[in-house]
Amino acid sequence: MAYDKFTVLRSTAVPMPIENVDTDQIIPARFLKATERKGFGDNLFRDWRYNSDDTPKKDFVLNNPIYSGKILVGGKNFGSGSSREHAAWAIYDYGFRCVVSSFFADIFKGNSLNVGILPVTVSEGFLDTIFKAIEADPKTEIEVNLSDQTITLLATGEQETFDINGYKKHNLMNGYDDIDYLQAMKSDITAFAEKSLY
Amino acid sequence: MSSKPTTLFDKVWDAHTVRSIPDGPDVLFIDRHFIHEVTSPVAFLGIENRGIPVLYPQRTFATADHNTPTIHQDQPVKDPLSAKQLAALSSNAQKYGISIWALGSPKNGIVHVVGPENGITLPGMTIVCGDSHTSTHGAFGCIAFGIGTSEVEMVLASQCIMQPKPKKMRITINGKLGKGVLPKDVALYMISQITASGATGYFCEYAGEVFENMSMEGRMTVCNMSIEMGARGGMIAPDETTFNYVKGRDKAPKGEAWDEALAYWKTLKTDADAVFDKELVFDAENIEPQITYGTNPGLGTGITHTIPKATEVKDGEASYKKSLAYMNFEEGQPLLGKKIDYVFLGSCTNGRIEDFRAFAKVVKGRKKADNITAWLVPGSHIVEEQIKKEGILDVLNEAGFELRQPGCSACLAMNDDKIPAGKYAVSTSNRNFEGRQGPGARTLLASPYVAAAVAVTGVVTDPRELLSEA
Repeated sequence: MAYDKFTVLRSTAVPMPIENVDTDQIIPARFLKATERKGFGDNLFRDWRYNSDDTPKKDFVLNNPIYSGKILVGGKNFGSGSSREHAAWAIYDYGFRCVVSSFFADIFKGNSLNVGILPVTVSEGFLDTIFKAIEADPKTEIEVNLSDQTITLLATGEQETFDINGYKKHNLMNGYDDIDYLQAMKSDITAFAEKSLY
Repeated sequence: MSSKPTTLFDKVWDAHTVRSIPDGPDVLFIDRHFIHEVTSPVAFLGIENRGIPVLYPQRTFATADHNTPTIHQDQPVKDPLSAKQLAALSSNAQKYGISIWALGSPKNGIVHVVGPENGITLPGMTIVCGDSHTSTHGAFGCIAFGIGTSEVEMVLASQCIMQPKPKKMRITINGKLGKGVLPKDVALYMISQITASGATGYFCEYAGEVFENMSMEGRMTVCNMSIEMGARGGMIAPDETTFNYVKGRDKAPKGEAWDEALAYWKTLKTDADAVFDKELVFDAENIEPQITYGTNPGLGTGITHTIPKATEVKDGEASYKKSLAYMNFEEGQPLLGKKIDYVFLGSCTNGRIEDFRAFAKVVKGRKKADNITAWLVPGSHIVEEQIKKEGILDVLNEAGFELRQPGCSACLAMNDDKIPAGKYAVSTSNRNFEGRQGPGARTLLASPYVAAAVAVTGVVTDPRELLSEA
């Protein structure tokens, strides 16, 4: 599915300093019943965001008008648990394009890259710096530069570089996906399948 | 044969690498692809929109499990959204020529139960499914892991996915497991020791006497839970136990093909002196029946222990306190004697025949506690039939329990099997996340023995007290 190209993102950020945010929190299983990919943003963090009578929980960060932006900053081990890509869809559909944490669960990280969300892994120290900066000023602007692989707090210039493999970087910057690549190497795949034991 | 000592993981991975992209992932050929109703519809829409066919439909197997009801399966599914997903799975399977065990089929059941029991899962394969517990199939020496829907689409389109090669970890446990300790306890113990994210970035091999002496059902339970410590997957080298399990199963090779396959499978083990990125060693004697008390699977302990203080756990203090607040537990509180409302036996973790045998062993001659609602859900119709054939159903019925029909059920509560808000459930499933078993539900993960002990006493009980012989 097509997504917006990612080059440089400059935005305020939404802080969620909680560890082990699992995909059941990002999108509870009862909202996985769609047969199309649309509308998942409405149920992003559903049970943290709304009471059982669908009224918003005032103390949850997404319901706090002070915080907004296209960057979500989470505690370590973000996206653990289920492989549901719906979690990444919900985050994208809500309007986030980048998630920052000190540590991502593997499947969530892969899913994010496949749907056009950039997962940025920073050091524990820098994550703490970001949380403190947003706490001090919710309008703190962060710049994520995919080409340079840098994340910068614009007010102070504090910066870290982050890792991403060259293949995925190229895909994100150009809006390509893996199926384009795999289709182009089909003859290699069919030759490989010929030799398969199974 | 390479002269350099190699791990089991590398042998299987390298045998499936179609191409290594420089500064990028490997393109991995997938032998078996399982699909279910929840994570496949959007993938089928994807290939349809691109106008491309399923490259190898005979390598994909469909089963309905995640949101199927566990009673009255002969009647139409009441929830319209679930019914629509189930219909989409069936129509996609039919359209693309994919084998399907839909709701009502005698071979229907949970994807990670039906794959192995029908011989679709064979040693040394690469196996993926849009479900994180695909790691289960690692019990056969497979590289098996969960994928997202974009990757389901990739596999449908090309029978390949792109994966950066993970790091390798080996966990060795030697010694003999004590009385009342089941494979689930081994899994929960490992996760509690290394945390819910301790193996992130790694693929794990389990080695040592404990796993060598374990049945295939037990190995599946352990490999199933690999994802709960963050590992991409877990695997155990195939051996005679594996070959005996596989031989004669419906889709397993027969005759000459069996001999040829067996010769290859026997090479699938880690060479002496092969190097892992990380090695951990635990002692079987330190493992007692386990139970979790928090909202991630790493927050577990021996059943006789008290709930640790925030200073004693590796999770951050704020997250730990949030977790205990959700569970309405306090630091230092004992777990034994805690009153429980629901017991769930089932799921891809503990929905196999051995799990029902274990449960029956404890409840035999006893009665279900009045305060307990028990949901006993076999992993497949084949397991259900076996339960009846072995007389286990009679034991369960005499003790006041009923058997439901196969499916994922209360493990993720996509169907009607939801634990009510605020209620406590001792569950043999794999996740105790907030709301996992229903909004507001409080889950304590444990083995079938512990679940059975709770089911007959109504409170958290050490199953060793109810098991007479060693």
